[in-house]
Amino acid sequence: MNLDATRARFGAALGEPATFRGETSLTVDRGSIVALCEFLRDDDTLAFDFLADLCGVDRHPAAPRFEVVYHLYSVRHGHRLRVKAALGEEDPVVDSVTGVWETADWHERECFDLFGIRFRNHPDLRRILLPDDFEGHPLRKDFPLEGTGKP
Amino acid sequence: MGVERFGATTVLTANLDRVVGWARKNSLWPLTFGLACCAIEMISTAAARYDMARFGMEVFRPSPRQADVMIVAGTVTCKMAPAVQRLYDQMAEPKWVVAMGACACSGGLFPTYAVVQGVDTFLPVDIYIPGCPVKPEALLDGLIRLQEKIAREAAGGAR
Repeated sequence: MNLDATRARFGAALGEPATFRGETSLTVDRGSIVALCEFLRDDDTLAFDFLADLCGVDRHPAAPRFEVVYHLYSVRHGHRLRVKAALGEEDPVVDSVTGVWETADWHERECFDLFGIRFRNHPDLRRILLPDDFEGHPLRKDFPLEGTGKP
Repeated sequence: MGVERFGATTVLTANLDRVVGWARKNSLWPLTFGLACCAIEMISTAAARYDMARFGMEVFRPSPRQADVMIVAGTVTCKMAPAVQRLYDQMAEPKWVVAMGACACSGGLFPTYAVVQGVDTFLPVDIYIPGCPVKPEALLDGLIRLQEKIAREAAGGAR
């Protein structure tokens, strides 16, 4: 898997790719996430046609506090890539990738439900696991483990 | 209760409430519903090895309209609680509730934001059965105690 063309195209929006135990991770500015994902999907040598997972990370109390992590897989080439986008605590918003991979729909809803990360242009950003009237986002590190006492 | 003779006929006399209680306790119809691993033990209790039919309590009914015992078998999440409440409300009187296992009794090993900390926070529980999960023998014991309680109530005793 060669990321040179990707790095040449997105330049400063990408961080240095890091490889650990054969797994490659790439950081990206949140503003470029959709363009990057479209490129990774459509480039013939990369062809990441499957979003295997999308999840959130809360690094509280470090800053930037949140991260959205995308696990990509190419069915055609059999290779994988991890993409991370960092989000600040005051404004945890990132563009939705539902337009790139439809399967992102429920993943992004879960991430919103549990972390309170909002996905701009998501078609239906509602809670997916917790009751609609639940207050707070329980996978945030500062959420009390035993709940707030409210149903 | 007493035995009386009228000519050649022998008549058994009894308090009507006691007879009704005796009939009720020997024909418990539990509601068919399970929420977690305790439900597997409940199914086992109803099946061949433990055979709760021996005690007159095996007629699991899939409709709350026809059931008179709610065995809360498993973890009740906050999201599931309104559905459990609705099923209970749909059961006809008289009705009883058995909290089966640690989760139904107290939230068990889930003291978290997502789990109801004991079904007695929203249902009137008659019998608590500890266990994680509850063994079939313990469930049978709990239901037999429920039968004793029903008989005691019918005889005018305290719940």
